[in-house]
Amino acid sequence: MSEALIPAGAVVAVAATGRQKLYRRVLKNPMAVVSLVILALVVLSAVFAGQITGWDPGRADLNDALAPPFGEHLLGADASGRDVLARLFFGARVSLIGALIALATALAIGIPTGLIAGYFQGWFDSLSSWFASLLMAMPGLIVVLALISVIGPGMVGVMVTFGALLSPGVFRLTRSGVVSVRRELYIDAAKVSGLSDYRIISRHVLGVIRAPLVIQASMIAGIAIVLQAGLEFLGVGDSSTASWGQMLSEAFSNIYVAPTMILWPGLIIGLTVGSLAIFGAALRDTVQGAEPVRRVRRRKPSSVEDTATRRLDLSTAATAAVVSPRNGGQEDLEPNDALLVVRDLQVGYPQPDGSTTIVVDGVSLHVDRGEVLGLVGESGSGKSQTAFSILGLLPDTGAIIGGSISFAGRTIASADGAAHGAAALRGRQFGYIPQEPMSNLDPSFTLGFQLVEPMRQILGLSRPAAKAKALELLDRVGIADPRRTFDAYPHEVSGGMAQRVLIAGAVACDPELLIADEPTTALDVTVQAEVLDLLRGLQRERSMGMIMVTHNFGVLADICDRVAVMQAGRLVEQADALELFDDPHNPYTRMLLSSTLENTEPRSARSAQPVSSRGTAR
Amino acid sequence: MAIFLLRRLGAAVVLVFVIATMTFLLMSMTGGDPARNILGDGATVEQVAAKSAELGLDQPLAVRYVDWLGAAITGDFGRSWFTNEPVMTSLANKFPVSLSVVVTAILVTALLSAVLGVTAAVKRGWIDRFVQMFAVLGFALPNFWVALILVTVFAVNLKILPATGFVPFATDPVRWLLGLILPVGALVVGTIASTAQQVRGATIDVLRQDYVRTLRSRGISHRSLLFRHVLRNAAPPALTVLSLQFVGLLGGAIIIEKIFALPGIGSLAVNATLQGDLPQILGLVVVMVVLVVIVNLVIDLLTGWLNPKARVS
Repeated sequence: MSEALIPAGAVVAVAATGRQKLYRRVLKNPMAVVSLVILALVVLSAVFAGQITGWDPGRADLNDALAPPFGEHLLGADASGRDVLARLFFGARVSLIGALIALATALAIGIPTGLIAGYFQGWFDSLSSWFASLLMAMPGLIVVLALISVIGPGMVGVMVTFGALLSPGVFRLTRSGVVSVRRELYIDAAKVSGLSDYRIISRHVLGVIRAPLVIQASMIAGIAIVLQAGLEFLGVGDSSTASWGQMLSEAFSNIYVAPTMILWPGLIIGLTVGSLAIFGAALRDTVQGAEPVRRVRRRKPSSVEDTATRRLDLSTAATAAVVSPRNGGQEDLEPNDALLVVRDLQVGYPQPDGSTTIVVDGVSLHVDRGEVLGLVGESGSGKSQTAFSILGLLPDTGAIIGGSISFAGRTIASADGAAHGAAALRGRQFGYIPQEPMSNLDPSFTLGFQLVEPMRQILGLSRPAAKAKALELLDRVGIADPRRTFDAYPHEVSGGMAQRVLIAGAVACDPELLIADEPTTALDVTVQAEVLDLLRGLQRERSMGMIMVTHNFGVLADICDRVAVMQAGRLVEQADALELFDDPHNPYTRMLLSSTLENTEPRSARSAQPVSSRGTAR
Repeated sequence: MAIFLLRRLGAAVVLVFVIATMTFLLMSMTGGDPARNILGDGATVEQVAAKSAELGLDQPLAVRYVDWLGAAITGDFGRSWFTNEPVMTSLANKFPVSLSVVVTAILVTALLSAVLGVTAAVKRGWIDRFVQMFAVLGFALPNFWVALILVTVFAVNLKILPATGFVPFATDPVRWLLGLILPVGALVVGTIASTAQQVRGATIDVLRQDYVRTLRSRGISHRSLLFRHVLRNAAPPALTVLSLQFVGLLGGAIIIEKIFALPGIGSLAVNATLQGDLPQILGLVVVMVVLVVIVNLVIDLLTGWLNPKARVS
């Protein structure tokens, strides 16, 4: 019941955060502090129960039976005349000790088995994983009831059993945490340097799973308290000492006489278990908060890495990058028949602290019909963000905060948010080819379905007509057996095939503008050339405008008419492709060129005569 | 798909067998003399020995186990040591009551947590905060306490719903339903709270996937994106949680039945436990585990149907 509460990402995220720092940050969370204070109060009241109340929890006095609260008894007395508050304090002992026993058992079973299973894997892993799922299939309360009939109602035995039944959660968490770190390089390094398995496990692996385990432990303690109270309520628990569940059971017998009696034990259980849950949630939030706001893509660092991860702040934006002369005043030179025009685009991500991180700053560009514009720059330069702005597919956390985008003379996006034209154009006029073929296909549907669905919705085709067109497209993008691919699921085809299917999907509804976001980066080198040829062929035969986002100058040389170079969110140079290769003006462009083209020839000189818009190069 | 089905079925049979064996051994190796317990302290040694022989307790453990297992496979769990009623008969009488509560609770949980979870993930804002707060509340409040509060408010004070009793569906469907409202209501507070939270998390995960962005770039309508693609991909983790909830609900129902005086397995389980009625408890555990296994199997199949990758693994 509790193992699913911790997200998979949490385990890895903690690894990156210092342990001490994490706990200090948890203490800055007011919810965590409040819940810890409440838990501390419950613990103190249990420990010093005898000192803070003068009443004996077991002393019955029929004269006081069902005495009202706020009199001699602060919370009144129960049907036997015993002080309710005293019984709550002493009852806390039973609940807390019970929870501790269950928790200790669950951890004592779950952590070692999880560590061994995850670290060494093999037969022990299979066996213990199977056993864990077996335990989880057991109805806990029934098992405990069955056991009580054998071992008697003693609390220790009952709570140890609960702990064993709750241990699969700990086991699975520990195991998955270990599995996720054991392939990390630093574990290999530790092995190579001769550290024993024991040292590696205790030093590196336990540190990673510590925070998730604390979260899990708070859940287990909460569940144990509730389960124990449930048993006491059923009357099969240990009835010799006061406990919260037993108080509830007695209040239930008097529910028509004194209905308020059920409040106190319920509230104290709710408060204790709730504090445990809130503390767990606060810790989880802190752990997750350690993740970067934006997904950081892993890629080979280039020679100019210092700019790669740089982000611009609003304050420094004005003084940023040097813009080369031939870039200036471009809007005046913009052709009137441009398919897509982007003016002074600014994209920002508001941060929790109120500032805004600008990732695209004042980018202006245009694409003509039948023209291929290369958008080049390294990771983090804002080229993908520019592409997503055009498509209207920025993440929810980001927004266009300056400039405008127009398509075929109509404004489709602007900073004031007045124009939302991109949604209507997606699929119809805009086609998009993503970078990673595998993660961009819905794993639950056949490739054929994913091709047919938009055609039916957008072109209004019948099912057979859409299927016929899909098969035709699959054939066009060079898939050998279109029928088989049509019926296949994404996990059944190779990356190259998947990318071809995605290209087929992008052009399925005859768009006028194709936006390709590094369409060859994730592919094998041999497949890359074929996919580029395919893209070039499709672009020409349909005379589509195309934006090719890339960091690969080979790709640029291959198929682009014009190139725009981006650095740290700004456009630093824009020129005819051949001109840019021959004579890069901007120092950053020169640096990129020299780093990428070192010792490699451009793959092929473009022989074909450029399409209409060569003259617009500046 | 057939191989997937067979493997799951095989695993399920093994699971039932292992749990049945473990329970039998655990409960048979107890100290004490069951025959003495049944007859009380007043019985003579001869009477106790006769009772032992009658119950087959004088046989070696292995023989008793094989006998019990052989009969259990045919659905015969023997007779209760105390009432002499066949275990299967009393289970057949009690289980429908418990199952009406548990199955209704699981259906209500599935429906409401899907609506709450998806809405929270898509709309965010106040409903998202509500789902998050509700998750803590549902975890913190024991369902039997919620049941007590519901009884106090709706049955004792407002007198609009019955506090106790069970009317079979065949007798009067309306009163059957009215009788279920409070028990089911008490049970689902906790299950909805945690399931809705899981649905919310799974939906947010799927919404962040690259393929959702690509599907949007294809111009797929918002409705079709959400109900076809996002829901289908978010469903498997939510279903797993639901199958765990079923296990929890079977236990929870035992306590809830005491409060609403429902003639389900609850009183049977408690009495059998207090008396040490071995055949009754064994029958109960086995039938429960079979139920859990069936539910898990159905959920596995559903997951396999929803997620083509799960079929091969």
